[in-house]
Amino acid sequence: MDAPTLAVWKFASCDGCQLTLLDCEDELLALAGRVRVAHFLEASREVLPGPYDVSLVEGSITTAEDAERIRRVREDSRTLVTIGACATSGGVQALRNFADVEEFRSVVYAHPEYISTLATSTPISAHVDVDFELRGCPVDRRQLLEVITALLVGRKPNIPAHSVCFECKQRGNVCVVVAHGAACLGPVTHAGCGALCPAHNRGCYGCFGPMDTPNPQAQAGLLRATGMSDDDIQRAARTFNVSAPTFIELSRVATRGKAS
Amino acid sequence: MTHRPDRTLDVRALARVEGEGAMHVRVRAGAVEQVRLEIYEPPRFFEAFLRGRRYTEPPDITARICGICPVAYQMSACAAIEDACGVQVDGAVADLRRLLYCGEWIESHVLHIYLLHAPDFLGYPSAIDMAKDHRDVVERGLALKKVGNEIMEVVGGRAIHPINVRIGGFYRAPSRQQMTALAAKLRVALDQALDTARWVAGFEFPDFHHDHEMLALSEPGRYAIERGSVVTTGGLAFPVTAFEEHVIEEHIEHSTALHAHLAGRGRYLTGPAARYTLNRAWLSPLARQVADDIGLGERCDNPYRSILVRAVEVVYAVEEALRLIDEYEPPAVPYVDVQPRAATGYGATEAPRGTLFHRYALDADGLITSARIVPPTSQNQASIEEDLRRFVADRLHLSDHQLTHDCEQAIRNYDPCISCATHFLDLTVDRS
Repeated sequence: MDAPTLAVWKFASCDGCQLTLLDCEDELLALAGRVRVAHFLEASREVLPGPYDVSLVEGSITTAEDAERIRRVREDSRTLVTIGACATSGGVQALRNFADVEEFRSVVYAHPEYISTLATSTPISAHVDVDFELRGCPVDRRQLLEVITALLVGRKPNIPAHSVCFECKQRGNVCVVVAHGAACLGPVTHAGCGALCPAHNRGCYGCFGPMDTPNPQAQAGLLRATGMSDDDIQRAARTFNVSAPTFIELSRVATRGKAS
Repeated sequence: MTHRPDRTLDVRALARVEGEGAMHVRVRAGAVEQVRLEIYEPPRFFEAFLRGRRYTEPPDITARICGICPVAYQMSACAAIEDACGVQVDGAVADLRRLLYCGEWIESHVLHIYLLHAPDFLGYPSAIDMAKDHRDVVERGLALKKVGNEIMEVVGGRAIHPINVRIGGFYRAPSRQQMTALAAKLRVALDQALDTARWVAGFEFPDFHHDHEMLALSEPGRYAIERGSVVTTGGLAFPVTAFEEHVIEEHIEHSTALHAHLAGRGRYLTGPAARYTLNRAWLSPLARQVADDIGLGERCDNPYRSILVRAVEVVYAVEEALRLIDEYEPPAVPYVDVQPRAATGYGATEAPRGTLFHRYALDADGLITSARIVPPTSQNQASIEEDLRRFVADRLHLSDHQLTHDCEQAIRNYDPCISCATHFLDLTVDRS
């Protein structure tokens, strides 16, 4: 039987999630022995025609051309997995969704008329069906290997959808909210990083996006209790997963707080 | 076929570069009419959405400009904001920053040497294909790259988008034990780095030289990484605060990128070759000896030989990391307190690909009112295109296929990081 083909695609992003694949230093060559890398421009100039068994998609959709391109990628892919916050929730560039993109354009470029861009940055799932979404800004290396391994043997990836709080307990971290009064998005944030920030004496800043059953109202209350203003809460909600519904809701709670 | 006077070459998606780029070459009547390095990485508007953010946020936010060199963005952001707030970070905390940066240089340079650049010299489409014939070599590269990432994890908390960096320093200082374990790995890595330099020295380098002015940060007494003032091979010298007086970014109609040039002087080049040429004297004795042994000489003006400079810089970064770890005592407090004030601050550091400049204006509450970021690839764009123009003119006898291949390699000499293009343009390209 031929080895399954793996394709890696990039849309608007920093390259960090596909770099995570190249950062699997101990596993990369073994993986390359199990799959045929058919399209991975960051790593190879050889491009094989589709269809592809597994496509990993990094980045968000921010141009009309990319909105078309992702449809072709979907048609060419048996299984399509988004990797990272950009592909899964629109990324930090989705901050434009809450601003005036025309004004953004004129701030950055001397001749804004030459820039073609959509007014929004949207996740891949807003455009095509997605078979699995792997979270993180960037994705976690072990989780990425787990997803690829699971797909190769035809099982469901074992990616827990509980909160970072669980990981703090597993790791034996002291709770930075209780012990130090730190502002922490851990209660609403999807596990996967291994509770890195609390292990480094800082609150989680939500780069893995929302967990499966979040409570943004309660999260806002926790943040207020640490002394955060509503503006601060809004900024905390508006970073790398700004367009994820939970974070939009957290931002709304803060906006209502400001109005009242 | 190969001697027709009019031809157009398009490489629609450059491989083995970071980000998305394309190349367009137009030949008319046997002469090169136009060469463009197209950047179609969509704009992400970092400079626009940084406005209104707190002064504490740019290290986390600007890291996301580039997954390959996030530390460079974090360090330039810290430098600029601390400058605005009138704070200088010294001692053990500054040393930790340099150590973290050494990790990024190792990780990024080894990625480029082994996975992106070497396959060109040895005739493989990728390092994975190269490993079929040279498994030991590729494994050595991956092991060396991993040590760079481990420095990033121990000091920065994560290899990509480190979480431990804050304005003023770090959230948590690594323990002595963590550093001791790291040092043991770095001693092995030093041999791997020396082997890497000897390996790349055996490659064949086309005879190609440029005359670009070269620009880098420089710091008397040591090889500039995380701080310094600006110097050029043309004798220009100015502090980072004067960067925008000297570096002009021009938005040329029908061009796809903002072309940076030096005011009143023209195009220039930043990056490893510039650093080596300007700061060779400040390399460690071992790194300088390696440079001599592999025949680098006093300056590097052949872009193909930039792989040699990267190898020398890896030797230096491994050695420097070992020195910093050897002298390391965990600081009692791993950061300096930084209070905001209404001011403008400037910061520049040496990203693996060259000088990375940040400028922020803050209001009295510590909110950012304006931000400007000038990454290395936008500074190098004009020089890369100039090199391609000359390069193509000398190779018009080649087939389209071969010329395209050779041009791609020429671009990869510069390790362009297109994701870093905070303000490259996204133009519709006429491919007719």
